[in-house]
Amino acid sequence: MINFGALGEMLPSILDGFWLTLRLLAYSAVIATVLGTLLATMRVSPIAVLRGFGTSYVNIFRNTPLVVLFIIIVTGGPQVVGRTEFTTLATVALSLYTAAFVCEGLRSGVNTVPTGQAEAARSIGMGFTQTLTIVVLPQAFRAVIPPLASVYIALAKNTSVAAAFGVAELTYRMRSLNEQFPQEAVTRFSGIVLFYVIIVAVISGIAQILERRLAVSR
Amino acid sequence: MRYAKTKALLAGALLVSLAACGGGGGGSTVKVDVNKDAKFPSGSTMAKLQDAGKIKIGVKIDQPGIGFKDAGSDVPEGFDIEMGRIVAAGMGLSDDQIEWVTTISDNREPFLQKGTVDIVIASYSITDERRQIVGQAGPYYVTGQQLLVAADDDSIKGPDDLDGKKVCSVTGSTSIETVEKEYGANPAGFDSYSECVTQLQNGNVDAVTTDGAILLGYAAQDPDNLKVVGDPFSEERYGVGYKKGDTEFCQYITDTIQKAMDDGKWADAFKATLGKSGVDTPEPPKMDPCE
Amino acid sequence: MSSVLFDVPGPKARARYRAVAVVSTLVLAGLIGWVLWILYQNDQFTEAKWQPFTDAAVLRNLAQGLLLTLRAAAVAILLAMVFGAVFAAGRLSDHRWLSWPSALVVEFFRAVPLILLILFLFLLVGGTLGRFWCLVLGLMLYNGAVLAEIFRAGVTAVPRGQSEAAYAIGLRKGQVMRMILAPQAVSAMLPAIISQCVVALKDTTLGIIISTEDVINTARLIYNDFRYNNAIIVGLMLAVVFIIINYSLSKLAVYVERRLASRGERAVDHSQIASV
Repeated sequence: MINFGALGEMLPSILDGFWLTLRLLAYSAVIATVLGTLLATMRVSPIAVLRGFGTSYVNIFRNTPLVVLFIIIVTGGPQVVGRTEFTTLATVALSLYTAAFVCEGLRSGVNTVPTGQAEAARSIGMGFTQTLTIVVLPQAFRAVIPPLASVYIALAKNTSVAAAFGVAELTYRMRSLNEQFPQEAVTRFSGIVLFYVIIVAVISGIAQILERRLAVSR
Repeated sequence: MRYAKTKALLAGALLVSLAACGGGGGGSTVKVDVNKDAKFPSGSTMAKLQDAGKIKIGVKIDQPGIGFKDAGSDVPEGFDIEMGRIVAAGMGLSDDQIEWVTTISDNREPFLQKGTVDIVIASYSITDERRQIVGQAGPYYVTGQQLLVAADDDSIKGPDDLDGKKVCSVTGSTSIETVEKEYGANPAGFDSYSECVTQLQNGNVDAVTTDGAILLGYAAQDPDNLKVVGDPFSEERYGVGYKKGDTEFCQYITDTIQKAMDDGKWADAFKATLGKSGVDTPEPPKMDPCE
Repeated sequence: MSSVLFDVPGPKARARYRAVAVVSTLVLAGLIGWVLWILYQNDQFTEAKWQPFTDAAVLRNLAQGLLLTLRAAAVAILLAMVFGAVFAAGRLSDHRWLSWPSALVVEFFRAVPLILLILFLFLLVGGTLGRFWCLVLGLMLYNGAVLAEIFRAGVTAVPRGQSEAAYAIGLRKGQVMRMILAPQAVSAMLPAIISQCVVALKDTTLGIIISTEDVINTARLIYNDFRYNNAIIVGLMLAVVFIIINYSLSKLAVYVERRLASRGERAVDHSQIASV
């Protein structure tokens, strides 16, 4: 099934794509985490307007297909913002989308911290910021690892949508190598999937290590 | 936002309410003689198609002038479509007996191998690699790779000016590999040429490259903003794809198209489609013998 | 949780909140207004960009595309449930030779990007199956793998005592699963299954890579038409349609989850299993 000779020939091209996929993943992950944390803070804040904004953002972006977001930002974007690299536009689309899920992951993590913890913190006179930063968040951090890990894994897989929008990343190679190796669909697929599996394995590995390190006994 | 939303909601409602209604499509152009009396040896592909009263033709729908369908129509139109009608007519099949199947570049071979379509007429260049997997009759048209750029762009005059420029084409096509490997262009791959042309109009890529015939179609659509530049830097010979080994069918296709070339139908088809962009009707190419 | 993070505000805090609220409203409104202004400045609200939506034939084709999208999602999710049930059962089996391969299959299809899987299936069997079924097959494999995990989580969430009691009264393994565990698991899984429907519907748009004749494909014919060149507008319209459908589904999931909670049952947490 797998033609290892052909795989060797494809490898440089696949590695080029892998590198681009990693870059998309890294930039989008950082931006989405910052934006998602901001949104999560809004969603638990005492200001109704901010809560409303946070909730609307999550509802809008969580229910929109990523492809549609790519159509608006990558295909339509240059009309409005002028000439922009496709990788940059793809990063923006991926970040905006993923931020909604980061926000939800954080929120579900925070919700696992028993209410008593916050009540205790409040009762010794801590304010909103103190309660959140000193008592709740450090404990929530461990609880948010599994949901956040699955968000980042999803992000890694979602970078593949960029293949349909001018970015020569890993999945793009499935098609760009079609001309040269038309009969090797299985080999191409296997070679490309291997790298996605590596990314997924690394993210879940890190998550497991972190989870063990940060274990808190309650 | 409110403006956009209200309009969107309205359109959404309209969309649902219109779901049931029917609507017209684009019309075909050249009059073909449907040969109802054609006789073929029994067991041949032609006889089978004639008996079935139906032929499935794989075409492109995103190449103006060649094979194109806009969002409001049901039937594609273009030079390839005309060729398909001519081939079908020779077997006594009229327009309503043709099923147009959309193909993309990746799936033309599997579609032929598995019999999803009977023939492929989809700007399908004849190559040795392809001829090992499928049969290709023709060429019925010869073109070459060229460049489409913005009308006000004087920096690109030919492939040698492409170094470091952002050039768009369809992912996996020979054209995009050529400009990347041989001319140092920075490639942007999309699923369709239309997508590339949109990016060119938005100024997000410097050029679109593929066969001149396809580019001429786009330039004809929007001559104020787009132009085709330079001489062709490759030779693409469009053929009709059929299932490998069916020499009899190949001979029929070649003969039918040859007849259209001789009696002027080929030229009529060209004038009504690609010729609209203002290019002169070329001499019909000489077709390869069937093996 | 959020309610215990801060006190019921006193007069001072209320004034402060109000100030923050006013400022943030201004900032957010400014942000939204700015985006709209930029869009307006770049001729996004001209008549030409909206013109296709007044064309009956275009709207009809859009509606047909949307129907195909919905059908693909529905067929895929039904098939995925069967696939999920089979592989969840396999993974829960006590036999190594059954549980291992099942786990492998499930983990594999969860790790592969769906768009790549669809493209691969299309190149492999597209000639025989055609576009629609390649899309459905891809969706089935991925969603089926996720559903298998949801089913497994649902079954393992049933308290141990239940199956122990069942074994104690002499039921066999199959009976325990069929009569005791599965019925209780189903209700716990319901919200997660509905949430997965949202994922499946969104993922149907990945058919873009093989030009399935769905709503995205029609939309592409519109925004790539040089007369319109309106990807932003078309995209916003599509977004509105998807948000309406998916938001309703999400609300249904939340409602079901609440009902379960009121009966003292715990639903399977979708976000921990499904990647989005």
